[in-house]
Amino acid sequence: MADEEKKFSRRDFLKTSGVAAGGIVGGAMFGGVVGSLYTSDQETDTADQETDTESSLTHGAPLDDARTYFSRREDFETLAAATEVIYPEDDNGPGAIELGVPYFIDRQCNEFWGRNAREYMMGPYDYTASSTHGYQAKITRAEMLLNGVRRLREVSQEDHDDEFYDLDEDTQIGILEDFEAGDVEVPGAAGGDFFSLLRTMTIQGVYADPVYGGNRDYGGWRMIQFPGPRMGWINEIESEEFQEIEPEGLRTYQGGGM
Amino acid sequence: MAEELDRVDVVVVGTGWAGGVVSAELAKAGKDVVALEKGEEKVRSDYIGVKDELRFDNRYDIMQNLRGDTVTSRNEVDETALPIRSPQTMQIGIDTGGASVHWAGATYRYWPYEFEMRSQTIDRYGEDKIPEDMNLQDWGITYEEMEPYYEQWEYMAGIAGEQDPLAPERNQPWPNPPMMETPSLRLFKEAASNLGLHPYQLAAGNMTENYENPDGEVLNTCMYCSYCTRHGCDFDAKSDPIATVIKTANRHDNFELRHKANVRRVLYDEDENMATGVLYVDENTGLEYEQPADVVVLAAFAFANNRLLMLSGIGEQYDPETREGTLGRNFNGQYNHAFHGATGYFEDEQFNLYMGAGALGATLSDYAADNFDHSDLDFLGGGAIELRQYGFAAITSSNNVPGDTPNWGREYKDASLHYAYRTLTIWYTSNAMSYWHNYVDLDPNYTDEYGDPLLRVTYKFGDNERNIAEFGIERCTEIMEEMGADTVESGSVPDEFNHVYSGGHYTGGVVMGDDPETSVVNSYLQMWDVDNLFVVGGSAFPQHGGHHPTPTIGALAYRAAEGIQMYMDEEEGQLVQAKNRRNIT
Repeated sequence: MADEEKKFSRRDFLKTSGVAAGGIVGGAMFGGVVGSLYTSDQETDTADQETDTESSLTHGAPLDDARTYFSRREDFETLAAATEVIYPEDDNGPGAIELGVPYFIDRQCNEFWGRNAREYMMGPYDYTASSTHGYQAKITRAEMLLNGVRRLREVSQEDHDDEFYDLDEDTQIGILEDFEAGDVEVPGAAGGDFFSLLRTMTIQGVYADPVYGGNRDYGGWRMIQFPGPRMGWINEIESEEFQEIEPEGLRTYQGGGM
Repeated sequence: MAEELDRVDVVVVGTGWAGGVVSAELAKAGKDVVALEKGEEKVRSDYIGVKDELRFDNRYDIMQNLRGDTVTSRNEVDETALPIRSPQTMQIGIDTGGASVHWAGATYRYWPYEFEMRSQTIDRYGEDKIPEDMNLQDWGITYEEMEPYYEQWEYMAGIAGEQDPLAPERNQPWPNPPMMETPSLRLFKEAASNLGLHPYQLAAGNMTENYENPDGEVLNTCMYCSYCTRHGCDFDAKSDPIATVIKTANRHDNFELRHKANVRRVLYDEDENMATGVLYVDENTGLEYEQPADVVVLAAFAFANNRLLMLSGIGEQYDPETREGTLGRNFNGQYNHAFHGATGYFEDEQFNLYMGAGALGATLSDYAADNFDHSDLDFLGGGAIELRQYGFAAITSSNNVPGDTPNWGREYKDASLHYAYRTLTIWYTSNAMSYWHNYVDLDPNYTDEYGDPLLRVTYKFGDNERNIAEFGIERCTEIMEEMGADTVESGSVPDEFNHVYSGGHYTGGVVMGDDPETSVVNSYLQMWDVDNLFVVGGSAFPQHGGHHPTPTIGALAYRAAEGIQMYMDEEEGQLVQAKNRRNIT
């Protein structure tokens, strides 16, 4: 079953290897080591290792991937930590980081959705003019996420003298609640819009088909009991019993020359 | 300079049910027809292997790219309208088949009362029942006159259904038997029956058997895969124009479909009072073309039908100050006052809600139209109460948390995983009325990528919208409680129209009627002022019925196609005698 196959997470790696999150490590060596650990099927007794939640919870993301939009590592770590607060690891299963959500968001930023390629983007603009007209920002979604993440870092430094990803979960929640309420200004974004975008993108990353970079190993679908696309359910749909079916995604569905 | 192309008999703008039906019927009749589609060419294989919630439900893959064209929106006549910028809040179908490819398939006929809503309301309740600010109108056609066109569309589309126990007896049965019953639908029906209501299986554009339509097009049995609404069907199992009318039209050498043909103007001869063709841009090359035609048919979405007439200087723009003019008047639609109801959370029952089909559902008509006494009610009209099983994928289902649950963090995650497939919602598909203060015109501030003004929507609720929403919420709550949900949450009546255009049911502005003082087109959808110009689609609805609009758009398209042939073959001029000729030039 899926739980038994649970892969060695970045979080576990940080604990056992002693690599501090703030540390800069040579890319090739680091990637090589982590890659081999991450892709192994080595089982770990996570319960024993999760005593030190403070230092590990907010750090990093699975490392067998790479970012292409967020240039500064600290920005990306902040994004990752925020997604994990929004969708945390718990008894139900993996959180946003283990599911690859930070990389999902990074990729979305670099494609049409993040670049607002399907939006009407002609002026005049006034993002403060209305709270009921949907997207009115001049900046793109990608820019809004970057601006917001930078503000998360600034607020964390100003109020707590630390990076967002080094704060404890309760403090992180408090900061995100301020952003959600629109109490923190994010350049170009109306009150609460950055958080709302971050929240939506996080949930989409948890539950979109794994081909987009999130929902790793169908972890999101397995938790919510969604099996993914099939040819049809005509033989099951009248059933009184809930059908628990192992998830498959587009890679399987399109396989074999579909 | 635009290149002038060879003249054709008919040019049709748009390829949804409206343009598709007209194209097929005129192609069958031997007319030289050119259909122009603004979007890309889509064929069945575009929808095979791409069952992807994010792409179609959250990234709006087959909705119009708003980069070059959207609408602006405001509530009050003295406000500055803002553009609706994101497809999250503006979803307009595009590409071959238009919105009729991503439709869900829910099929209803409007009621006899609804086509004569003004006169029958006066007959039953007196003229005082109609609020002063409401432009309540008859359609200029009766249900009895519409019936054959409904039937024609339903048989073309292969609709699967059963007789609504409260509706007029059908002349012919539905062409296909109803869809399967699932545990959630059964629960709804049993609860409704317990309350003395009359539930039945929703009629569906999803095939329940392999079906050959009267044009010889073959549709396949629906597999209940759930990738239906906002998606295109991968199996020719949901009726759409690609599987039916466009295919039929394409069998004829006298039909040509051009994609990426973005029509910018109706060419109009003011002296003769005739349309002479259309001007369009090839969106691949940016080059402009004039397509001359004997008959011009606008069959685009309601927004585009209105805007093209306005940009072309055809018709008299409605002005809310003077209340003069007809074009853009009576703009209406099922905005955020419709589809409210009640949500139930079931602790001990988990439903297979990820399985489904666009129009898999149960419904009832006890509170539709004037099927219930309105003497002591503070609104007119009604709607269906529906439980739908579209098939809900993971992102959508993750929203199913009771109202007091946070929408992120540990508590959210736990609750959303628990309730994802333990949540049922029923809703009221209510009527939407027209008012003097709601209309469309050209925006003074915002333009499309060619510099033409965007369409501006001015819309706010009347009392009828809030009151009908409240009534629906109460009725849905009664049913959901009877269904035995552990937690029942009633919807809340919205304060005001919220500028969200995500449901596709936006209608009016080029409305039909029997009086040119209050309508733009006659009952054949022929423009009162311009004999060879037909404007087909939801733009013709004087007010919105209490059901999904698609079948009525399809039926009206058959009516229009008949009228166009009459106009071309038998009698030039107006096909209908106007009730009031004062405005006719």
